[in-house]
Amino acid sequence: MSAEWPLWEVFVRARRGMSHVHVGSLHAPDAEMALRNARDVYTRRQEGVSLWVVPSSAVVASTPDLQGSFFEPAADKDYRHPTHYTVPEGVEHL
Amino acid sequence: MSTPAPGSDATATYLLGLADDALVTAQRLGWWVSRAPELEEDVALANIGLDQLGQARGLYTVVCDLEGAGRTEDDLAYLRDASDFRNVLLVERPQEDFAVCVVRMLLLAAWQSEVYAALASREGPARGVAAKAVKEVAYHLDHAAQWVLRLGDGTALSHERAQAALDAEWPFLAELLEPDPAAVAAGHPDPPSLREAVLARIVPVLTAATLVVPEQSTGQPTGQPTGGRRGHHTEHLTDLLAEMQQVARAHPGATW
Repeated sequence: MSAEWPLWEVFVRARRGMSHVHVGSLHAPDAEMALRNARDVYTRRQEGVSLWVVPSSAVVASTPDLQGSFFEPAADKDYRHPTHYTVPEGVEHL
Repeated sequence: MSTPAPGSDATATYLLGLADDALVTAQRLGWWVSRAPELEEDVALANIGLDQLGQARGLYTVVCDLEGAGRTEDDLAYLRDASDFRNVLLVERPQEDFAVCVVRMLLLAAWQSEVYAALASREGPARGVAAKAVKEVAYHLDHAAQWVLRLGDGTALSHERAQAALDAEWPFLAELLEPDPAAVAAGHPDPPSLREAVLARIVPVLTAATLVVPEQSTGQPTGQPTGGRRGHHTEHLTDLLAEMQQVARAHPGATW
């Protein structure tokens, strides 16, 4: 039976104003049950105020093969990081 | 210990029945941990069992206060014999078939929804426990309904087994809706008055699940299993208590 139940990715919003964050995955026969399983597995300790479940098959992921061409070209472009600015004194939250 | 208020005997008797329903249900649901169709369902059934255990504990504490005899929730859970338990027969029989588990949950949660709502709507010692329980059993009802829909309106085999489970459990619903002198004496709705509301929660689910609703007897049911509220139980409760109580009885006075 296990093999027949599709996998779902679970996203939890911790509180209003935050974005949904991926917390894990689970098996469920369909979307409605996936939402309920997510409630039982991931939010029983008041971890969240909102849940998303997404079929794992709907996730398009980058592959390890492409890791070099996807991510390495950014390595020498440190001007993309906001590291060369001086932070005015007294500014705590920039 | 305070002196029991008038009517507190009836209230204690009534609440003890509800508490025993919840405790025995919790113990039966515990059986499913590691045995459910999926890990996720293990967790769901364990959560629901723990909700029921929490309701039992809250109600036992109220009962002990009303009695004023110095008994504790542990005394009530672990040191009473089967004939002292007041749970309905629906909850005490083994439920080692998943369809039976969810059909029974549907019937019980529909009834508990009405009972706890009534308790929560008026002043009384169990109001707080009931107010929390209303939200919990709403989820139990939803969980059970989702599964009954999927099994009943699923494959030919799942439909057949769901119908068999319904036919087996349905006769035990009658006991939940019998007149209950303790409920009336305690100022709570007599169970027959809840009948329509309870059935309104159950029947649409069964119909949508393409299950055939067993014949609904009208008036006082004859030949339906009953007696739990008077301490007349099946041998299954004795077996359940033997397992549940053995550690507490083997180590009297132990705390954990």
